[in-house]
Amino acid sequence: MNALQIKKGSTKHSAYNLRPQFSDVQETHTLAVLVDNEAGVLARVIGLFSGRGYNIDSLTVAEVDHTGHLSRITVVTRGTPQVIEQIKAQLGRIIPVHEVHDLTTEGPSVERELALLKVSGDGDKRVEALRLADIFRANVVDSTLSSFVFEITGTPEKIDAFADLMRPLGLVEMARTGVAALARGIA
Amino acid sequence: MTRQMTGAKMVVQALRDQGVDTVFGYPGGAVLPIYDEIFQQNDIRHILVRHEQGAVHAAEGYARSTGKPGVALVTSGPGATNAVTGLTDALLDSIPIVVLSGQVPTFMIGTDGFQEADTVGITRPCTKHNWLVKDTNALPGILHQAFHVAKTGRPGPVLIDIPKDVQFASGTYAAPPKGSTYRYNPQVKGDMEEITELVAALETAKRPVFYTGGGVINSGPAASQLLRELVEATGAPITSTLMGLGAYPASGKNWLGMLGMHGLYEANMAMHDCDLMINIGARFDDRITGRIDAFSPNSKKAHIDIDPSSINKVIPVDIPIVGDVAHVLEDILKVWKARGRKTNREALSKWWAKIEEWKKVDCLSYKRSEGTIKPQYAMERLEALTKDRDRYITTEVGQHQMWAAQYLGFEAPNRWMTSGGLGTMGYGFPASIGVQMAHPDALVINVAGEASWLMNMQEMGTAVQFRLPVKQFILNNERLGMVRQWQELLHGERYSHSWSEALPDFVKLAEAFGAKGILCKDPADLDDAIMEMINHDGPVIFDCLVEKHENCFPMIPSGEPHNKMLLGDASTKDAIKEGGAVLV
Ligand SMILES: Cc1cc2nc3c(=O)[nH]c(=O)nc-3n(C[C@H](O)[C@H](O)[C@H](O)COP(=O)(O)OP(=O)(O)OC[C@H]3O[C@@H](n4cnc5c(N)ncnc54)[C@H](O)[C@@H]3O)c2cc1C
Ligand SMILES: Cc1ncc(C[n+]2csc(CCOP(=O)(O)OP(=O)(O)O)c2C)c(N)n1
Repeated sequence: MNALQIKKGSTKHSAYNLRPQFSDVQETHTLAVLVDNEAGVLARVIGLFSGRGYNIDSLTVAEVDHTGHLSRITVVTRGTPQVIEQIKAQLGRIIPVHEVHDLTTEGPSVERELALLKVSGDGDKRVEALRLADIFRANVVDSTLSSFVFEITGTPEKIDAFADLMRPLGLVEMARTGVAALARGIA
Repeated sequence: MTRQMTGAKMVVQALRDQGVDTVFGYPGGAVLPIYDEIFQQNDIRHILVRHEQGAVHAAEGYARSTGKPGVALVTSGPGATNAVTGLTDALLDSIPIVVLSGQVPTFMIGTDGFQEADTVGITRPCTKHNWLVKDTNALPGILHQAFHVAKTGRPGPVLIDIPKDVQFASGTYAAPPKGSTYRYNPQVKGDMEEITELVAALETAKRPVFYTGGGVINSGPAASQLLRELVEATGAPITSTLMGLGAYPASGKNWLGMLGMHGLYEANMAMHDCDLMINIGARFDDRITGRIDAFSPNSKKAHIDIDPSSINKVIPVDIPIVGDVAHVLEDILKVWKARGRKTNREALSKWWAKIEEWKKVDCLSYKRSEGTIKPQYAMERLEALTKDRDRYITTEVGQHQMWAAQYLGFEAPNRWMTSGGLGTMGYGFPASIGVQMAHPDALVINVAGEASWLMNMQEMGTAVQFRLPVKQFILNNERLGMVRQWQELLHGERYSHSWSEALPDFVKLAEAFGAKGILCKDPADLDDAIMEMINHDGPVIFDCLVEKHENCFPMIPSGEPHNKMLLGDASTKDAIKEGGAVLV
């Protein structure tokens, strides 16, 4: 399990006693959910969010342990502290869920997202797009005489900022993966 | 021990290995191989219901009255969709049941085949877990795991969808694993620090109250035993939700009666005024809390629940204890004894004095009548004439359900089966069949309203065919009484579609099914009629014509706190404010 870089630690009490439970403040949390990679498991997780009226800002899923057939779902969600606690507890009830980690409260973590952006145009705009891509460390993964496809990784905010800049320069299409996140440090 | 056998045979073998003696079901094309296996053995009894909803409710009744998982078997498509209400009911009331459904063969899935439905898709949100089995070799493991999931932790319904080719194909059968090898094993022991904190609070509390629920029943008979010990030892008053009745005996000296929307005045007042609330296996349902921001405003709250999602879901608590009721109560008692068995005696006697005052309100009193049978009177007489028997009660949903909860006394757990969370009209009759199957010699009575009862009346066929002497005690007000009561209180007495005309003659209906019918409309005849029902060796429909416009009190209007109870008709005018009217 350590190979999966999942932060160990008791979630039994989660953050019951740490934060005011019934505050109205909306918080954004990134949750890592380790599940059996079996048919329907994603539907169970998504159905939980829609059925109970929780928000999904971003969701990524892929098998991360091919021998144990475990998938890691990273979900970014929003809610009051009470709702966030409920979401974690409700996720924990799903039978194929092994672990639920709140990367937002369990210590520092890194978040990255990958995006592909198609920008079409010529002349100065094309040059400017390329120059900005360089500043953002975006790679050109496809080009024609009048278009580029840029690949960029970073925080969602960085990708938003890059997309905002590309919009006037001819952004025509964009694909994003959603956030993948890991706790920092060794354990 | 492993053996080669067909999937259909595996189903029957796994049921046997899981100790199942009864299956409630209804056949169809997609489960014929399983029915063929059922035909060729005698260990497992199959009860042919008349509608799959009935099979699931019967399995629920069986489960709730025995503590063992109930089992239902249905065909694909319409068989499975008919099971959905029962599954949802079991999910909301935490009842362990295993439903087996047939499915079109694997190679036809997704082709809109005959009687194909996406059963796992449809039942995903109304089961604790479900499986579509695509390989016969996986079937035994899934069957055993299904029983484990249904009864472990917070119990609930599970469903296994078995395509027909998987039933026909052969594979290797393995018996259930010895000991628990499953990853799914929620913690049962509570945190000792929290438990000690609770004991400390109990030692000094001036106005404690135990608020217990269905979780005590779920936890098993030992939990009820420990609860009784703890209540006697600490001398604190105890109330229970609808789902927890019988865990503490109604004749017990600390019993306050049921709490909540139609609960007793003393129970609700105690909840509102307490300084320490100890929730044991209850879930702060909205029928209990009333207006959240005015719910027991000055109390410290402890909550014992096996499901972490129940804690802080609705009401923030000060002492959360995740664990199984029996395990946690055992530790509480141990710690309490070790610390010198302390209670705040002086304060407790003042608290009881206050409670005695509330009891004097006599909130269950009602206007008696010589001419018509008051539903409350019918319940009082039923109680008087049956309480000393080996009795199990099921109910339908509505006013009669509340009157049964208020006027019948339960001395032991697992003797009261009712649809609380989903409030499913049509639950009680099939549930009574399930209970009677599990307890062939007991007196099983379904307290019903005529409207609810009609929803699954086809099960008369089942009762007669299998000689199940279930007593259908119908409080017939010729109204959808609970709906009518709300329309009276909330909608200006505009009784929109809350009465049923063209009701059947229930006596003739009973006779048409080959059962006995009894009609009673005079209070003077009631006792004799009830005795006739009890003494008849066979199913009975008892048509008890009661006062048509009786309201069920006490009642906490929606959107109001506990101390704003309505006690009788005089207090009801404009009692429900605009905000409350949107609540159910
Ligand atoms: C018309 C109508 C009117 C109603 N009016 C009332 C009313 O006046 N009063 C009332 O009380 N109810 C009433 N109800 C029922 C109400 O809707 C709820 O079903 C009921 O209050 C819930 O009971 P509970 O809190 O005991 O929870 P349950 O639904 O029984 O839940 C049990 C809780 O215990 C936990 N648990 C399960 N197993 C264990 C274990 N082994 N150890 C520890 N915890 C465990 C579960 O996680 C869950 O949180 C009414 C229903 C209807 C249909
Ligand atoms: C399946 C279903 N449909 C509708 C309701 C809404 N409902 C709750 S109580 C009730 C009336 C029940 O009437 P009856 O069974 O005659 O009992 P009474 O209230 O008269 O005692 C209705 C319609 C429900 N609970 N279940």
